[in-house]
Amino acid sequence: MKTPNKILIPLYGQEVAPRFDLTAEAVIVTPEQNGPGRVEKFIVLPQVSAEKLCHLILTEGIGTVICGGIEEEYYQYLTWKRIQVIDSVIGPLEAVIDRFVRNELTTGDIVADNSETAE
Amino acid sequence: MTKIPIPQITNLFGRSIQLDAMLDEIPMAIVILDPDRRIVYMNKSVSALTGYSLAEARGISCHNIIRSGACIKSCPLARIKKDSEPVCVQSDLINRDHQRIPIRITLAPLTDSDGNVTGYIESIEDIRSFNVPGEDHSHAFQFSEMIGKSPGMTKVFQMLPLIALNDSSVLITGETGTGKDLAAEAIHEASNRAKGLFIKINCGALPETLLESEHFGHQKGAFTGAVENKPGRFRLAHNGTLYLTEIGDLPLPLQVKLLTFLDDRVIYPLGSTKGFEVNVRVIAGTHRDLMQMVRDGRFRKDLLFRLNVVRLHLPPLRDREDDIRLLMDHFLNTFTRNFGRKISGFSKDALLMLKSYPYPGNVRELRNIIEYAVNVSQGARIEVPDLPAYLSEPPASVQTVPGESPPDDYPGAGRIPEHGALPVRTGANWGETEKQMILDALVKAGGRRSRAAELLGWGRSTLWRKMKLHEIG
Repeated sequence: MKTPNKILIPLYGQEVAPRFDLTAEAVIVTPEQNGPGRVEKFIVLPQVSAEKLCHLILTEGIGTVICGGIEEEYYQYLTWKRIQVIDSVIGPLEAVIDRFVRNELTTGDIVADNSETAE
Repeated sequence: MTKIPIPQITNLFGRSIQLDAMLDEIPMAIVILDPDRRIVYMNKSVSALTGYSLAEARGISCHNIIRSGACIKSCPLARIKKDSEPVCVQSDLINRDHQRIPIRITLAPLTDSDGNVTGYIESIEDIRSFNVPGEDHSHAFQFSEMIGKSPGMTKVFQMLPLIALNDSSVLITGETGTGKDLAAEAIHEASNRAKGLFIKINCGALPETLLESEHFGHQKGAFTGAVENKPGRFRLAHNGTLYLTEIGDLPLPLQVKLLTFLDDRVIYPLGSTKGFEVNVRVIAGTHRDLMQMVRDGRFRKDLLFRLNVVRLHLPPLRDREDDIRLLMDHFLNTFTRNFGRKISGFSKDALLMLKSYPYPGNVRELRNIIEYAVNVSQGARIEVPDLPAYLSEPPASVQTVPGESPPDDYPGAGRIPEHGALPVRTGANWGETEKQMILDALVKAGGRRSRAAELLGWGRSTLWRKMKLHEIG
């Protein structure tokens, strides 16, 4: 079952992965019931594949995907599955989640603090 | 939003000019990065390609804006040092419009007057136009400039795109005139290195002393006459393909140097202790039997094994019976168009003569014959007198003492003597000799054509055609 606030963010080091299809790691963030806290689950994908990531998003009941560049095919597929996709987001994980929680994150946002870059 | 100061170029003209105005005129995406790989500047073409404006991208890590596959998998900048040559990689990016675009990135370091790396320059080419889906540059029975429909060539055409996919060394073997150079160029054109240079070096064309300087370059003052640094062909082929033709003629000392290069991918110019890392794909070609040369001590075994990673053998024209007519028509069309002649085809006799000739010079010889014929022909068709006279003469080595084997390059060479009693007559012209050979084979085979064809080393259809030519039975 899909949870509206359950989000998945493909990761590249400690920042949002620039490419959805080349993601090897992702984090699933679930807001805690009746509280401001949240549970983060990190997942290392067995292989880099946009199809496998889409499958994971569906099986995990994700409501929102926050990612960097995503190909039209996968973007349309996820939105067709009624999953909110906030794409072309650049920035460190924590800052991006914070902005999302404040309902301020939109497609194409560049969230400040680029001091931490993935290598 | 803070206003971005416009960079200026000074000391180029009398007055300073603006860098952005200059870079925006270049029809290629150009990005300037700082040493931490953050975007300092980019031109309008980058904005058009990625969807990010300079104001948005400035100060952001390159991989977040360009979003190319190469950046994510293995950043090519990590391989660049201050004295590195430019690095060229083919990849793709996904822009803000969710489009995946195939690109070619060339990266080079920017150094200050002391040689310290102060940043990088990255040029990005949109190569969608080279990869139009469904657009096939080849035609039926053709790959690049090579033509053929025989089983041997079909196999070669199937192999070429696969060979082009990777960077392994290739050894192309085949007799003279079979198209080794064309095959090497076809591999280069079909590979990711197509945008780089294709440098061809004839290993047998220069004296040994000059070859080393030509291949590996030299340092100023390395020898008398070395008045300036010379990069050498290997460095010129950086990011491209190096084709070593006639590799069998490479002198032994240079074989050692080539071997070292294939191991380390580093070039040491003559007279220099400093090495240069070079990224080239090596393709070697030869008409010689390298295994025999190894046995004779004229070619290094270890070099052969390093070059012989992928082996491509091009069949001689005599084994490509189906292709002779195809090539004849192709060359006829080419030359009639080039020379402005109106020749519709070949007469029956000319056709039979051309089809029965053994072509020791292979496709090159066939091409030359057709070029000659198109030049000489006065009529609407190519007749026997329009063909070079030597076609109707016996090959020199056939006009020998009885019992001696036919020339090595003749179909079925070496077969008839195995069976003993098919004498080759002397003193007659080739047509008569061939007719006599057929008759002798038929006699020996008791009139069975398939057996006679086997004795002659021909296919049944070849024997049938030649019997018709000589009006036998």
